[in-house]
Amino acid sequence: MKKRWDPKSYKDLPYTPIMDRPTTHNKTGVWRTFRPIIDYEKCTKCYICWKFCPDAAIIIVEEEDRKVEIDYDHCKGCAVCAEECPVKCIKMERER
Amino acid sequence: MVKKVITGNYSLAYGCKLCRAEVVAAYPITPQTTVVEKLAEFVANNEMDTQYVKVESEHSAMAACISASLAGARTFTATSAHGLTLMHEVLIWASGSRTPIVMGNINRAMAPPWSVWADHLDSVAQRDTGWMQIYAETNQEVLDSIIQAYKISEDHDVLLPSMIMEDAFFLSHTTEAVDIPEQADVDAFLPPYDPPEKLDVDDPKGFCSLVMPDWYMEFRYLMYEAWNKAKKVIYDVVEEFEQKFGRNHGALLDNYRCDDADVVLIAAGTSAATAREVVDEYREQGKKVGLARMRFFRPFPADELRSLAKEVDSIGVLDRSFTFAHGGAFYTEVAGALYNSPSKPMLKNYIAGLGGRDITPATLRGLYDELLQMKENGPGQEIEWVDLKDGAPHGEVP
Amino acid sequence: MGKTTIPEEELMHPGHIACLGCGGGLAMRYMLKALGRRTIVSVPACCWAIMHGKHPSFALDVPLVNTAFEVTGASISGIRAALDAKGIKDVNVVGFAGDGGTVDIGIQALSGAVERNTDIFYVMYDNEAYMNTGIQRSGATPEGAWTTTTPVGTTGDWKKGPKKNMVEIMVAHDIPYTATVNVAFPEDFVKKIAKGKDIVGPKFYHAFAPCPTGWRHPPEHMVKIAKMAVDSNLFPLFEVEKGKYRITRKPKKKIPVKDYLRLQGRFRHLPEDVIEKIQRGADRNWELLLRKEEFTADF
Repeated sequence: MKKRWDPKSYKDLPYTPIMDRPTTHNKTGVWRTFRPIIDYEKCTKCYICWKFCPDAAIIIVEEEDRKVEIDYDHCKGCAVCAEECPVKCIKMERER
Repeated sequence: MVKKVITGNYSLAYGCKLCRAEVVAAYPITPQTTVVEKLAEFVANNEMDTQYVKVESEHSAMAACISASLAGARTFTATSAHGLTLMHEVLIWASGSRTPIVMGNINRAMAPPWSVWADHLDSVAQRDTGWMQIYAETNQEVLDSIIQAYKISEDHDVLLPSMIMEDAFFLSHTTEAVDIPEQADVDAFLPPYDPPEKLDVDDPKGFCSLVMPDWYMEFRYLMYEAWNKAKKVIYDVVEEFEQKFGRNHGALLDNYRCDDADVVLIAAGTSAATAREVVDEYREQGKKVGLARMRFFRPFPADELRSLAKEVDSIGVLDRSFTFAHGGAFYTEVAGALYNSPSKPMLKNYIAGLGGRDITPATLRGLYDELLQMKENGPGQEIEWVDLKDGAPHGEVP
Repeated sequence: MGKTTIPEEELMHPGHIACLGCGGGLAMRYMLKALGRRTIVSVPACCWAIMHGKHPSFALDVPLVNTAFEVTGASISGIRAALDAKGIKDVNVVGFAGDGGTVDIGIQALSGAVERNTDIFYVMYDNEAYMNTGIQRSGATPEGAWTTTTPVGTTGDWKKGPKKNMVEIMVAHDIPYTATVNVAFPEDFVKKIAKGKDIVGPKFYHAFAPCPTGWRHPPEHMVKIAKMAVDSNLFPLFEVEKGKYRITRKPKKKIPVKDYLRLQGRFRHLPEDVIEKIQRGADRNWELLLRKEEFTADF
């Protein structure tokens, strides 16, 4: 990790507040109350869920025949995907 | 080198041109207008390779300069009075984003009462914005200060913006003979702007981010460090400038005949030019008087003032503005710098020349006379409004 | 199968700290998909000023500058000028600002940038109030809405009067291109932004972006509500290119505004007569838009 991403002193800082650490380090998945679960039997790979995710937390896995996968590290559980899925193959389950 | 008889405003425009400002964003205001007109003429005649953004306000002028500077361009603007105070928010943004913008400000009084004449309140009111402030005495100094300011501001140890002040009309619209340096000499002195970081699609970064209370203070401390480093850079640049161009207008505090002086007047801008004449006159009469011209009000010449204080009995501080504090801004800051100094000369504050009123040799003689008797008589009234029409008979009326 | 209808490249990272179901997050994501990597974004005070989280977190993969609230139009003018000075022509410069930062405090700088024919994009993501500061009304808050400064109270003190029509204000500037876009219609959104790459001069986009937090609806309804805004004709999708109007979606089955309003807590207090007034306004504006399209068909 870059020293300026984890400063110990003002000497570690850039001269002006510059952002360059991708927010992917920030695990917003811990916000989630409801977890989306995809039923791959029903999924038609229409990518509507991917398209409407406000967090870019649904990914297309190239190596697995371009299936969609929820990025649970970052998914906040807003459920837009479940609501918009035309075949209703995403259900929201309460996190335990 | 070419000698031209030009106004202070044209000195600003020529300085900007010689420094090859890549982006100019400006909005007209009296008495700055001839700066933006001259720059427009340079650009229209292809004498200057500059993107000139004719913005719809001074606030936008400064905002455009900040973003252009963050994108890696050398930027310039000029304004005055209400234009400068409208910029206040973005002036602080400029220093915080560490953009080395250089700006000309024509010192003009603030309304009401409406006034377009010389007064320093506009820029004095920006003293806390993190900008370096140079108060010029002559048109030559205006031009030379632009060149110096870019070099100082763009130094990677500094990266802070600068404003160069000239008194409304006394400099802005008065012609003087000015040496215009050769372009090649300025180019050799001032290399192109090369910021440590910039907006770059090949290296995407975000600027001016949110910082939580855990590190905000440290970012401000980095600016404080830059201020302290700036003082040394100023001395170095002034010296290098003299070697290259043969002129030296002083560094932070421009002392004139202060060696062995008993009393010194501190002043800034064109009133210092008048004071110089009076000092020469009094020195010929054997009176030990000097002038300490506040060339830089920011960074503040505290060390220089403490050195000066060791040598003199009394200091008068002339403020061409009033800030409704305990005395004028120059006075309170001079007094503050000397409070913890082992030498404490007597101090007196003179408020003079507000709203463009002339500060004449006669007026200044009166101040020096009082300072010379201060050791004996004491400072009297600490804060005095000079030449105030209070119904009492006065001496020489200008 | 296996194909997406909008570009796959992501230039917005997950892990940003927007609320659940944030329309503004989607607007940024689509805008960057349309413009690609060679883009510089200027963002004033708004939700997106804080959505990266704290220093040095950064949610985008393109350069960005945060600016003061009212200066977006000036900031993008400065960036464009700097790029022009350096001979860089193939970089898109975008102002991405909220509704308050555009229709209220930033309207002067925007107007100046458009009047100067600056080659920029400006995207107003409209969540219809000052959301970042806590749901205060803006000049883009629609008639009838509850906000924290139009708190309804005991006197019916909801937002009175219609929202500012920014697209028409832009048309009055003779802008080369302006359009409405909506997060529920990503293909249309991306297409209109990408179209701007071939147009020199200012491009202004009014992007409809619901705010579940401020509109008082469950986050999962974000896209649904955005779609209903279009299908009720409250927020028609259209573009104006050199004065020529083109409606890009004509709802096959118009839905009543009431269906849209009742899904949102911010309209829950509205009496029938006000809902009817809003319906009449939507009908009138739609009719006006149809006529503008017809009138400018030969342009």
